[in-house]
Amino acid sequence: MTITEILSQIKASSARKVVEQAIAKAKENESYNALLSLTEERALKRADQVDSGKITGKLAGVPFVVKDNYLAFGAPTTAASKLLENFEAPLQATAVEKLEAAGAICIGKANLDAFAHGGSTENSAFGPTKNAIDTTRVAGGSSGGSAVVTALDIVPFALGSDTGGSIRQPASYNGVVGIKPTYGAVSRFGVVAMASSTDSMGCFTTNIEDAELVTGIMSGRDKNDMTTLPDFFEIEADAKPNQKIGLVKDFMSDDVDPEVREKVNQYVDKLKAAGHTVEEVSLPMAEYALAIYYIIVPAELSSNLARYDGVRYGNRAKDVKTLAELYGRTRDEGFVTENKRRIMIGSFVLSSGFFDAYYQKAQKARTLLINEFNKLFTGYDALIGPTAPTPAFKLGENTADPIKMYLNDIMTVPASLAGIPAISVPAGTNGAGLPIGVQLMGPMQSDAKLMALAKSMEAA
Amino acid sequence: MTQITRDDVLHLAGLSNLQLTDSEIDGLTMDIGNILGYVEQLGELDTENTEPTYQVTGLSNVWRDDKEINYGVTREELLARSPEVVDFQVKVPKVL
Repeated sequence: MTITEILSQIKASSARKVVEQAIAKAKENESYNALLSLTEERALKRADQVDSGKITGKLAGVPFVVKDNYLAFGAPTTAASKLLENFEAPLQATAVEKLEAAGAICIGKANLDAFAHGGSTENSAFGPTKNAIDTTRVAGGSSGGSAVVTALDIVPFALGSDTGGSIRQPASYNGVVGIKPTYGAVSRFGVVAMASSTDSMGCFTTNIEDAELVTGIMSGRDKNDMTTLPDFFEIEADAKPNQKIGLVKDFMSDDVDPEVREKVNQYVDKLKAAGHTVEEVSLPMAEYALAIYYIIVPAELSSNLARYDGVRYGNRAKDVKTLAELYGRTRDEGFVTENKRRIMIGSFVLSSGFFDAYYQKAQKARTLLINEFNKLFTGYDALIGPTAPTPAFKLGENTADPIKMYLNDIMTVPASLAGIPAISVPAGTNGAGLPIGVQLMGPMQSDAKLMALAKSMEAA
Repeated sequence: MTQITRDDVLHLAGLSNLQLTDSEIDGLTMDIGNILGYVEQLGELDTENTEPTYQVTGLSNVWRDDKEINYGVTREELLARSPEVVDFQVKVPKVL
C-alpha cells in the first residue's frame, strides 16, 4: 500500500487500527526473519496520540521500520551483532526524529548484516533474512530486512543505510524502490557508523512518490552531522523533457545475467518512447571501483569499529583478567567473521609500510573515478544500468567466498565512492518471477530530478 | 603480490584488538590474502599526478559554537549502559 492509501485508511478508521494491522502482519511473516524486534508498546502509544490529535504531521500515524543500525527507542539497537545485543539507545537518529516529528510511527527494527557488513543479510548474528519473493534466496543486503518488510507490504516505507549498495541491491532483489541520496543529503547522526565518507541514509518504498515524500522529510542540514549539505532537496512534479541519458556499457557485458540486461534495455526503450535520448557511454574506472572500495571502506570502518571494546557500553566478555584480554575477547565474541575480515584489512591498509601503496593509492584512484563521472555528467543528465549483475542468489551460495559475494556490489559501489545519488527502481521479473532492478545515477544533488524521471517512467 | 602468513594475521589481529580463536586463523589468512590480491589491480593505474579524495561534499571548516553539547542525555543514563559501574566510574580489570 502507498503512504497516501495508508493515510486515507487512518482517516477512515484510526491510527491505532492501522498500526495494529502492521504489527499483526509483521508477526504473521516472522519466518522471513526480516525484523529483529518490534517496538509494539511505544508504537501503539504513539498511535493513540495521533488519534487523540496530540501527534500531527504529514505522516501522522503512518507505520514504518528502521534498519537496526539506526538508534531508535522502543527496542535495543543491535546492528545485528552480539556486541550490541542488549544496547538501548540513549537518543534517536536525526532521520528517525524527523520522521517522528512528521507523525510517522516506528513499529520495528529490521535485520541487516552485522554492522552493515555484507550484501545478503547472511552475516547477521541473528540469522539471515529470506527473500520476499523466493524464501530459498537471499534478501540482499546489508539492508535486507528493510527491503523485505517493504516488499511484503508490512509497512509502506522502511529506512536503510547504503555504504556501497546496501539499499539499492536489496531493493532490486525484492522488487521495491531503493534510494541512496547524495552523500550528505540525510544526516548520519545516530546511525552506527561504517565508512564515514560513503555512508548514506535512505529509504525503501513501493513507489517513487512515497520516496520523494520520505526523502523530503529525512533530508536537510543537521547541526549534529557536520558533513550534511545545506538543504537542497525539493520535489519536482514533472520530469525534465528530452533528457540525455547514458547507458553504462561497462555494466552490460556478457558477464551480466541476460535477463537483467533485457530488463535494462526495456527500460531504455521506455525512456526513448518518452522522448529522452539514450546513448551508450563508457565508465572505464568502474572496473576498479570494487578494488578501491575494498581498501577505503575497510580502512574507515576499522577506525569506526575501534570504539566497540566492551568498556562503556555493549556486551563485555566474561571472566577476563586484564584490560587487553577484555578488549580482545569482547571483540572476538561480539563481531562476526565478516566484521573481523574487514577490520583486519583496514588495519593492514592503514599500517605503516602499506599506507601509500594501498590506502593512498585507492583515494587517488577514487579521484580518477569521480573525474570520469563528472565528465559524463557534462553531457548527460543521468546514467542508467542494472543495479546488480543477477537477481537474488540462493541462500548459502556465496558465503564461502568473500570476493564472489563482493562482486554483487560491482555496479553500486561507483556511485557510493563518488557520493552521487543513485536509485534502484523495479523493472519487472525474470522468467522465474524474481525481481530485477534498474539503477539510475545522477550528478551530486540531482536526487529530486532523478526521482522525477523515475516517477514519469512508472506509468509508462 | 603481498603474501599473507599466519603470523601476519596474528599481527593484524593484535593491531585490531581481536583475540582470535585458533579455528578462525586459517580461514582469515586465506580470505585476507585473496582480498588483498584482488585489490592489488589498482597498481595498473597511473595516479602519479592525481590528488586523493578523502571526502566528497566539498565542505570545509564547518564550525559550531564552542559549547558543551550533551544531546539531551544525562551522565546517569549513559552510565546505566555500562557493563560495570562503581561510584559513577566505569570499572575495568587491571591494565597490567
